[in-house]
Amino acid sequence: MNRIDKLFQRREKNILSVFYTAGFPGLNDTVTIARHLEAAGADMIEIGIPFSDPIADGPVIQRSNNRAIANGMTLKLLLDQVKQIRQTVTMPLLLMGYLNPVLQYGVEKFFTDAAEAGADGLILPDLPPEEFELKYRKKAMQAGIHVVFLVTPSSADERIRLLDSLSGGFLYAVSLSGVTGTRTSFTTEQDEFLKRLQKLKLKNPVLAGFGISNSESFHAACRLANGAIVGSAFISLLENSHNLQAQIEGFIHNLRSLPVPEGK
Amino acid sequence: MTYKISEGGFYGEYGGAYIPEMLWRNIEELRTRYMDIIQDESFQRRFYSLLKDFAGRPTPLYFASRLSAQYGARIYLKREDLCHTGAHKINNTIGQILLAQKLGKTRIIAETGAGQHGVATATVCALMGMPCTVYMGKTDVERQQPNVARMKLLGAEVIPVTSGNATLKDATNEALRHWIAHPLDTHYIIGSVVGPHPFPDMVARFQSVISAEIRQQLTEKEGNPYPDYVVACVGGGSNAAGAFYHFLDDEHVQLIGVEAAGKGLQSGHAAATLALGKPGVLHGCKTLVMQTADGQITEPYSVSAGLDYPGVGPLHAHLFATGRAKFMSATDEEALRAGLEVSRTEGIIPALETAHAFAILPKLNLSKDDVVVINLSGRGDKDLQAYNQLI
Ligand SMILES: Cc1ncc(COP(=O)(O)O)c(C=O)c1O
Repeated sequence: MNRIDKLFQRREKNILSVFYTAGFPGLNDTVTIARHLEAAGADMIEIGIPFSDPIADGPVIQRSNNRAIANGMTLKLLLDQVKQIRQTVTMPLLLMGYLNPVLQYGVEKFFTDAAEAGADGLILPDLPPEEFELKYRKKAMQAGIHVVFLVTPSSADERIRLLDSLSGGFLYAVSLSGVTGTRTSFTTEQDEFLKRLQKLKLKNPVLAGFGISNSESFHAACRLANGAIVGSAFISLLENSHNLQAQIEGFIHNLRSLPVPEGK
Repeated sequence: MTYKISEGGFYGEYGGAYIPEMLWRNIEELRTRYMDIIQDESFQRRFYSLLKDFAGRPTPLYFASRLSAQYGARIYLKREDLCHTGAHKINNTIGQILLAQKLGKTRIIAETGAGQHGVATATVCALMGMPCTVYMGKTDVERQQPNVARMKLLGAEVIPVTSGNATLKDATNEALRHWIAHPLDTHYIIGSVVGPHPFPDMVARFQSVISAEIRQQLTEKEGNPYPDYVVACVGGGSNAAGAFYHFLDDEHVQLIGVEAAGKGLQSGHAAATLALGKPGVLHGCKTLVMQTADGQITEPYSVSAGLDYPGVGPLHAHLFATGRAKFMSATDEEALRAGLEVSRTEGIIPALETAHAFAILPKLNLSKDDVVVINLSGRGDKDLQAYNQLI
């Protein structure tokens, strides 16, 4: 059974998934960070495949992409790192990235090789769902790897149902309009969107992402979804890191602890 | 063989809409509505009346007698440089702002390289009283100062983009990011036949007025609508798409696109995407893309800011794959010399982008009955600094 499915079978609430860019801040930190995250109590990791032109990302993730590419990060190297991660790390692992590097690698070969290396899922935000269904879905199933689709407040209900039907493992709810790393507090737009998803009675669990940066927004998202994904806030921490292990431990601990209610 | 866009938004294997879900609603709205809107009679009337009275169309098809004598052929210049704002770009911005109004959008964003598209967008926004934000790479802001000043004078906000290499590709990224964050009230007027479907087809249709006029004007001057050659420079490919459009099915008309070879095609400093690129996805469309083996987009180079783009419109990728059009290239130096030559033999200073089209004339082996139409896509006032090195 796919590790993502196992996780949601075991626990349906407060899932914490952490996104970070492969090859950042140092080329081989991809592996170290995964180990520290598991030790600190994260439930799942999403590792970003660096790309020169990340159109859905804000400045923090853009910077990490540039630095990773300058460090010499490639998709091939990332698959080697995933193998290394899998020597010790048991939590679900997804690879997330823009389509072009994957196209150059070969989409079908990538599905197979990623699964073989130990990845459980893939998120390719600019892969059209229609093309996935037509060309690649069978291959993904054969490889035993989930492809996770994004839904947004601007997706029509019908569209959300289509994306849910194609998505494996969970559905990624981009709960606000904007690129990554631009908001810090949970807004009513996000609240309403997650409520709308609940009403649609989808087949997949829902993780909320974009704009989740602290324990307050994490817990707000968890009230209406199965969990949340933290990205830019974590990468900001890595930008200024001096002691990865201690800082990652502190970050996850803070995120998990309940926020102090206002006025106290 | 068809050169028209398919139902699904592809030219052969190129095109499509490879966009993150955050842009889906905007693109879907455009995709489902653009044809109905632009084929509507009142839209057409409005569009052509603005092309005529505001942009100054039809632009002349000028018989260039001295160039013709020099190259031993019948050379005509399609004078897009005489359009209001000095380039073909205004054909597209008039079309798109009318469309944006039909969609109920209240703000306009655009990217620009040379600044010509930025000026053309700022101009129509002033005309319609709509706020306008133009993203421009910081490098381009510095090398195209006169156009930056024009945009500001027209009331547009110009945002210098510092990400990446701070040129056209990065300005396009930034415009897309802004659109993702402002999906409801904003229309993105993309400046060439690039981006997710339906932009490439929509922009080609707005620019196709160029070849519609060429056919009519050649019929008057030569007795038939068919030239032997149509030559245009190719950055994203909008002026070439416009000049080729109504000749695509006339296979005896040779279509020639000219890309920028920068410091030399194999020098590592070029912007000739069709010659150097591989299939990939950039800015929401599958096309030929200049990239590393690992799929990172590489930074192109050309002396001309308007040709400095690592992708190319999917129509041109298809014309290249099928052999319907032939693509050549010209170096910085060849283009600058050709621009100087046209200035002195015809009294017309072409934009540096356009100068690339003229630079391949010596390589065509023309004979005296050949009819050649060169799309003179813009005027060179913005490029005086570059030309100055030669005089
Ligand atoms: C005068 C002129 N010609 C050509 C171009 C290149 O664009 P396209 O290939 O879309 O015509 C530009 C772009 O700025 C331009 O200003």
